[in-house]
Amino acid sequence: MSSSLEIRNLRVAVAGKEIVQGITLTIRAGEKHALMGPNGSGKSTLSNALMGHPAYTILSGEILLNGEDIAKMPADERSRKGLFLAFQYPVAIPGVSVANFLRSAVKARVPKNVKDGDSEAMRGFRKTLKAAMDELSIDPAFATRYLNDGFSGGEKKRIEILQMAILKPSIAILDETDSGLDIDALRVVSDGINRVCGPETGVLLITHYQRLLNYVKPDFVHVLIHGRIVRSGGPELALELEAGGYESFGLAPDRAAGG
Amino acid sequence: MAPDDAQAQVSRIGDDYAERYGFHDPSEYLKNAPVGISHALVESMTRVKGEPEWMRELRHKALDTFLAKPMPTWGNTGLLNAIDFDKIHYYVRPQDREGRTWEEVPDDIKKTFDRLGIPEAERKFLAGVSAQYESEVVYHSIKEELTKQGVIFMGMDQGLKEHEDIVRKYFGTVIPVADNKFSALNSAVWSGGSFIYVPKNTDVGIPLQAYFRINAENMGQFERTLIIADEGSRVHYIEGCTAPIYSSDSLHSAVVELIAMPGAHIRYTTIQNWSHNVLNLVTKRAIAHENAVVEWVDGNIGSKFTMKYPCVYLKGEGARGEILSIAFAGDGQHQDAGAKMYHLAPNTSSRITSKSISKDGGRATYRGMVRVQPNATGSKVSVECDALLLGTAARSDTYPTMEVSGEAVKVEHEARISKISEEQVFYLQSRGLSADEARLLIVNGFIEPFTKALPMEFAVELNRLIELEMEGGVG
Repeated sequence: MSSSLEIRNLRVAVAGKEIVQGITLTIRAGEKHALMGPNGSGKSTLSNALMGHPAYTILSGEILLNGEDIAKMPADERSRKGLFLAFQYPVAIPGVSVANFLRSAVKARVPKNVKDGDSEAMRGFRKTLKAAMDELSIDPAFATRYLNDGFSGGEKKRIEILQMAILKPSIAILDETDSGLDIDALRVVSDGINRVCGPETGVLLITHYQRLLNYVKPDFVHVLIHGRIVRSGGPELALELEAGGYESFGLAPDRAAGG
Repeated sequence: MAPDDAQAQVSRIGDDYAERYGFHDPSEYLKNAPVGISHALVESMTRVKGEPEWMRELRHKALDTFLAKPMPTWGNTGLLNAIDFDKIHYYVRPQDREGRTWEEVPDDIKKTFDRLGIPEAERKFLAGVSAQYESEVVYHSIKEELTKQGVIFMGMDQGLKEHEDIVRKYFGTVIPVADNKFSALNSAVWSGGSFIYVPKNTDVGIPLQAYFRINAENMGQFERTLIIADEGSRVHYIEGCTAPIYSSDSLHSAVVELIAMPGAHIRYTTIQNWSHNVLNLVTKRAIAHENAVVEWVDGNIGSKFTMKYPCVYLKGEGARGEILSIAFAGDGQHQDAGAKMYHLAPNTSSRITSKSISKDGGRATYRGMVRVQPNATGSKVSVECDALLLGTAARSDTYPTMEVSGEAVKVEHEARISKISEEQVFYLQSRGLSADEARLLIVNGFIEPFTKALPMEFAVELNRLIELEMEGGVG
């Protein structure tokens, strides 16, 4: 069965305030959807709610991953079922190396009663990691560095993509992956996304700016204003947005100017 | 003299004391007076052991000091004042200890052995069921290698018999009898512990562990350890292990003295995991001479209450001291641990890294002292204390003291108290780890600087042990 993420009439509140006010969106394997919106439009709330952050309350609606409602599952179960979120601000885990962390993440996908030695994924882990790091041109020294501890913005984003390459999700949400990257880093990270996200993966690119979409070409573009999708279309919509700004999509000028 | 004869002779030492001093049978006397402390007990101990006169006197004087000294008024006074010194076994010979059976070992301790994968023979040793760790093959080859190098490694009692000159020269020179109430108590009734002498320019390649010692006694209540690393030598000693040490007695009070001669390097690693009924009151101190290095790697996981502040006297120019410690205080535990560094010569350097984890009702205290004397110019001091609180009832206190009077001294000090953040847990959960696995990984990361300093098998065991301690969730 080819994978899919179906979001149906989703409403999400944070600290008692409704931020996402009814979103419906379907992402299928091989498709790239860009969700564009200004600050405060609900982009990060949506991505956190989809992944299952406990501080985000789902008021109503459904999140179906490959047909199964995951809205009540803890984040780890959603992850093991094939959902992935590349964070806008990945947190540091001092003392835990990138390799050790990724090994734990891979191990979490192996049934508890299977020994490491009997698991293909665990036995081949070292090779898999090395190959993925080569593919993404990541310095092998990163394997032993502590996760996101003292990493630059660009390094953090590349390690997010590395995680995606290792965990091979069926649906990947990339939350403002372009933020804080200079043009060279943006190119490297975009290249990584294109390498990792093949026809098996459905992608939701969440972004404020159009520039990421010069490197990662979306099939569909959706515009998010005040917690609702106000327009959907093809790649041309992103260019329209670039030319006219969010104002032309009904956002009050003072909010739009906020950048 | 054949080794067997030597053994026989050693075991006969003291046999005639009974007649000479009127005790019909010293062991009978001990059986009849098994609890409480007195000069009579000290006298019979020293006679049964066949000790020289100077040690006999030292013990009696130490007892007077112990009785005269007041209880510390800090730490955990409630627990300290509740110690009933009249109800403690001060001297239990190995053959008495062997009376304990495997069935008497508490189930939670057995479960921990299982989870840690401790071999059968070793379990019995650790639980105090057998008197000796039965890994004879390993032990013999190591012993031969050490003998070839001229390294002396034996029990403290045997050391006193066979190397009295060395013991007499150094015993109590680093930690004087009257240093504190518990060092006085230990000096009066000490038994067991390790005696190590490493000759000049000798590198003891393998870490020395109490397991490999000849006639390894049980971990004693009042063991006494003395390590002398002669000029330019190098040794790593490992005490205890990650498996719980089960004791029915409530008080453990050891004294450990280290002497690093010029250019020598001593690392002393402890993983303390006493059962949760034990008060663990230990004095550990080292002297580092010119350009010597002393490292204390000290982990406190078990016990009900621990007071332990490993110390280095940086006595010679260019000496370096390092103390790396972790404490884990679960519900009902209080770990009062820390470090002391005394800079007594120019260009000395010290580094203290202390990590504590308090969980649920557990309490961890860091108590540190760094003193830099006026003559210790060009010295460097670095202190880093990190406390991690798990659950809302956990408690952590930090009492760092710094007395810096030298000039051109570089001092760095950092102290942090943190909790595991919801964002960290969510991040790891989003990669497939359960909330418990996420917290465990974060805790293991927190103590990583410590685990990194351990030999591989210890590091693995320690991580498994932390996993056990973390079980049952965090409130």
